[in-house]
Amino acid sequence: MRIWKYGDNINTDMLFPGKYTYTCSTPEEIKPHLLEDLDPLFAKNVKEGDIILAGRNFGCGSSREQPVVGLKAVGIKAVIAKSFARIFYRAAINQGLLLIECPEAVDAYSEGDKIEINAEKGIIKIGDKRFSFPSLPPEILAIRDAGGLLSYTKLKLRKK
Amino acid sequence: MTFAEKILAKYGGERQVTPGQIVTVSPDHLLTHDNTAAIVQKIQEELEKYGIYNKTFPVVVLDHVIPAASEKTARNHKIIRDFVKKHGIKNFFDIGIGICHQVMIEKGLALPGKLLLGSDSHTCSYGAVGAFSSGIDRTEAAALMLTGETWLKVPSSIKITLKGKLKSGVMAKDVILHIIGDISASGATYCSVEFTGNIKQFSVDDRFTIANMGVEMGAKNAYFPPDEITTSYLDQIGIARSSYTPVFPDRDASYDMELEYDLSNMVPMIACPHSVDNVRKVDEVAGIEINQCLIGTCTNGRVSDLQITARILKGKKVHPDVRLLILPASKKVYEEALRNGIIEILVKAGAVILPPGCGPCLGAHQGVLAPGERCLSTANRNFKGRMGCKEAEIYLSSPATAAVSAIYGVITDPREVIKT
Repeated sequence: MRIWKYGDNINTDMLFPGKYTYTCSTPEEIKPHLLEDLDPLFAKNVKEGDIILAGRNFGCGSSREQPVVGLKAVGIKAVIAKSFARIFYRAAINQGLLLIECPEAVDAYSEGDKIEINAEKGIIKIGDKRFSFPSLPPEILAIRDAGGLLSYTKLKLRKK
Repeated sequence: MTFAEKILAKYGGERQVTPGQIVTVSPDHLLTHDNTAAIVQKIQEELEKYGIYNKTFPVVVLDHVIPAASEKTARNHKIIRDFVKKHGIKNFFDIGIGICHQVMIEKGLALPGKLLLGSDSHTCSYGAVGAFSSGIDRTEAAALMLTGETWLKVPSSIKITLKGKLKSGVMAKDVILHIIGDISASGATYCSVEFTGNIKQFSVDDRFTIANMGVEMGAKNAYFPPDEITTSYLDQIGIARSSYTPVFPDRDASYDMELEYDLSNMVPMIACPHSVDNVRKVDEVAGIEINQCLIGTCTNGRVSDLQITARILKGKKVHPDVRLLILPASKKVYEEALRNGIIEILVKAGAVILPPGCGPCLGAHQGVLAPGERCLSTANRNFKGRMGCKEAEIYLSSPATAAVSAIYGVITDPREVIKT
């Protein structure tokens, strides 16, 4: 498992350049361009189970959901950041990508540390340090548990 | 309660709400643009089976890559037109009508006291007329097309009081750049931002510029309390006063943060590469050479913006090493600019007029930059790669600063040219 560490204000153009927004929308089309202008090695080397660690305001900028779809598709286990931009945060709930807002954990990490995440209990272990993060409200967990907003909506429509 | 609390209580069917509470709401409209194709493709089966929630609910505007720049974007537009016809979507605006946010306000779809969501981050613009509006992603837009409802978290609120009066040559854009530079690109994350104070000096155009950039400081929405400036604007575009009910914050509302700015001290500001909060006073960056100027977009493409541009460029020529691109925010703006001679002045000065759309702002086409080039733009974002090239630099300014700089070929303080 690899930890990809980035700084503050990682915006949607860095995560997925705007010039592709109307030509790439499927996970397969998105994958090769993920983080293209930020870290050209990411798309080549990212593996299932990897974690992204970042500073403040991760995902700021456009309402572009391709970064979330792409990160989910390549198997990113979680993004741990000091804070997230709100549209990105909602998009992650809608795709079922785990985001963890925990500034202490980001600060505690140093190169080579192992990271373990227990999403159910809301605990992150970094080396020998433990941090807790709050659970999402039940209304929102229901969306994530249904496998994302589309499955949730489709289920709701079927019940009607 | 604050504005956000009051409007979310109203739409959530609650008497009282507090920040952090989740409410289920049915917005008045859902805005989607060129991303409509990707949105409806997610729910094709359901659309066949259950149909669209309501034919007047979606507002579909083609603006992001117009006219189509490639076969792929042309196919994209075709899918959208077919969808609109098949499902009888009432509010459809094909290419050339305008940038979606401008269209929402001009067509009276965003009104005081209404709640609007859109699959575009600058949906927060409609706080200019006292609406609650916010951006969402494509997946959520797809779900809304089917059900017409979603959840919203009641945000904390920030109150920004604007005191004093702007001096000549300083514009609404400078105010919002100043504020973002002060509180940072994440300074208002998850918050509703209410502007108050001496706002009578700001037209709806000015308020639009400020609210438009709310998201650049992380805000969920931005709001100007409707007043006689709002109502006379709406009267003028033919909206009956009976069709909206403004919502105002209570006097005893509680805010997470209260900020005050003295506008009489403000100067022209520039957001430097590669983030919107990397803001400097114009004299700190004056003299930097530019290759392209972009005046327009949903941030600064209205008649008053083009008017000041024309005032500055009248009888002058754009610097030979600069390309000046003008992007009117809508057909209506374009027509008015034609009627009052603005377009003629700009073309004679050497400007290239682009169709009303998003074009170069997101680097999809029309005015993409080359490596090593520098653009001074009146848009809202200067992220690395934003205008299609990651080795180019984007600076953001007001239309006055951009117009004066286009003449000199270097970033220039507009106050040197505009003397009252």
